[in-house]
Amino acid sequence: MAAALPAFHSRRGYYLYLLPGTIGLTLIVLIPQIANFVLSFTAWKGVGTPRWVGLQNYQRLLTDDQFWGSMWNTLLFMVSMTLIPVVIGLILASVLFDYIRDQFGERLSSLFRAGFYLPQILPVTAAGVLWGWILSPIGIVNSVLEALGLGALTQNWIGDASFALPAVSLMIVWIQVGYCLVVFMAGLSRIDPALYEAAQLDGAGWWQRFFSITIPMLAPEIFVVVLTTLIHALKVFAPIFVLTVGGPDNATMVPSYLTYYHFFTTQRVGYAAAIATVQMILTMGLAVIFLRFQARQSEARG
Amino acid sequence: MANQGVVKSAAMGAPKPVSRRGRKQRGAVRWLVLALMLALLALTLFPFVLALINAVKTGPDYAANGPLSIPTSIQFDALAKFWDMADYSRKLLNSTLISAGVSVLAVLLSLLSAYALGIGEVRGSSVILAMLLLGTMVPQESIVYPIYYMAKAVGLYDTQLAVIIVIAVLQSAFGTYLLASVMSTFPREILEAAEIDGASRWEILINVVVPIMRPTLMVLGTFFFIWTWNEFLIPVVMLVSNDNQTVSVAMGLTRGQNLSDPILQAAASLLGIAPTVIFFLIFQRTLTRGVAAGAVK
Repeated sequence: MAAALPAFHSRRGYYLYLLPGTIGLTLIVLIPQIANFVLSFTAWKGVGTPRWVGLQNYQRLLTDDQFWGSMWNTLLFMVSMTLIPVVIGLILASVLFDYIRDQFGERLSSLFRAGFYLPQILPVTAAGVLWGWILSPIGIVNSVLEALGLGALTQNWIGDASFALPAVSLMIVWIQVGYCLVVFMAGLSRIDPALYEAAQLDGAGWWQRFFSITIPMLAPEIFVVVLTTLIHALKVFAPIFVLTVGGPDNATMVPSYLTYYHFFTTQRVGYAAAIATVQMILTMGLAVIFLRFQARQSEARG
Repeated sequence: MANQGVVKSAAMGAPKPVSRRGRKQRGAVRWLVLALMLALLALTLFPFVLALINAVKTGPDYAANGPLSIPTSIQFDALAKFWDMADYSRKLLNSTLISAGVSVLAVLLSLLSAYALGIGEVRGSSVILAMLLLGTMVPQESIVYPIYYMAKAVGLYDTQLAVIIVIAVLQSAFGTYLLASVMSTFPREILEAAEIDGASRWEILINVVVPIMRPTLMVLGTFFFIWTWNEFLIPVVMLVSNDNQTVSVAMGLTRGQNLSDPILQAAASLLGIAPTVIFFLIFQRTLTRGVAAGAVK
């Protein structure tokens, strides 16, 4: 075949098609990435010539409480970006897929899926305005508490340093569950129903089937969702920008907001570039794990 | 938040539905489970309902009955007030232009690169694809300042064109990755037949590949549109003047600061979420239906 069609298999002509994408990615991703890395070794106010300071920005990072606080908060946001949504998503997906769909039909289960997915498609900033209102001192949460006669529990949820982070996390969970749910449901449709039938005949209950079939069979999807949401957790920005601006008292400071703040407010460009570089390295660490997993998967598939 | 896993499963085609198994159970458990799921769904959708019922309430009604009651009468004053205050028609237009621009440009870029990688299988394809996948995950924070600086240097700062180009290129990394993996399964016989008929590479792309890939390209374009609509960091950095800003940026800058009036806050929320909810209702089928199924069998 190949010999009969030499023209088709000469690959030269195809390089031309790579040109626009390559130019774009070089200008928009590669060069800025390198520039940012270089800037992280300088002191620069955004005008004039950057002054080379070596590792000084990174040394300062080591003792910057605001930076370490933002890293700690990132770990906490991994709970609301990844852990809680994955667990809720798994349970919901599995109930919808092998209970609601069986008992009440495909239509209803799709309707549920669409409903749970809805928060995921909103602009995060719009969701932020909505939740800012819900959580405000005169907002919904407090009104509900008062209506239930629990007026003593009302708080300034976003304005109080001890509640701000859980309050923002609540919105993030609300947004994230839909993503996990949709991916898990797509994964479930790949599992051979005979497995469940056999387990059912053997007398396995719903939870037993959940733990011994659903979770192991969904392992690839779980892995992908965990890694992608962990990467997202490193870049939480819009919710903080809209709801708390990192406050009160840095209680919700995250690296993305800190870089934004230093780039565009304090104009400490070199320092901000150093924080962004740390973020980039952490992201790439997770991304490389992700890639190796994908490569292993496609090998396994043959 | 861009979630590419969903697109991938949507665009690669959902697996065939599994045959319905099991008999229907009887008894209370079944209704209990349904009731529980309905309660969870109601909880998820509660914020939407709240925005809706409060945005159309009158001030005295809110003051008397609080945010949880059904409005006694409907008025659109708060919606109109926020609409004017935010110059919302302008914001909608800007968002639409930018999202449509990105959608077209990013699909085009992805298509061209993917043709070389997926069908041309140029040397190093797999390395390039891996790099692209890494590219999709790069935190925007680590490129935003140099991009901002470059845009200023070439006079594109505070223009929608700059935002369109930057976001289109960023999204094309994912688009290329996705399209290349779909194209790598493209039936070789069709390509070879076209080749024998004397079609050039460009003709094969336009007359053979594009028509067959159309459903996938449409889904990709739809996702690009929604992702761009929701983009925040790049637009908020690049678009400083009010007249250029998008819905997402306008919402981000609202921040409740001038909105001590709760009805106005509800109105702002409702207007902010309405466009994407409407897209969702329109495109839900496109977005969830498998598209590979529509291609060559």
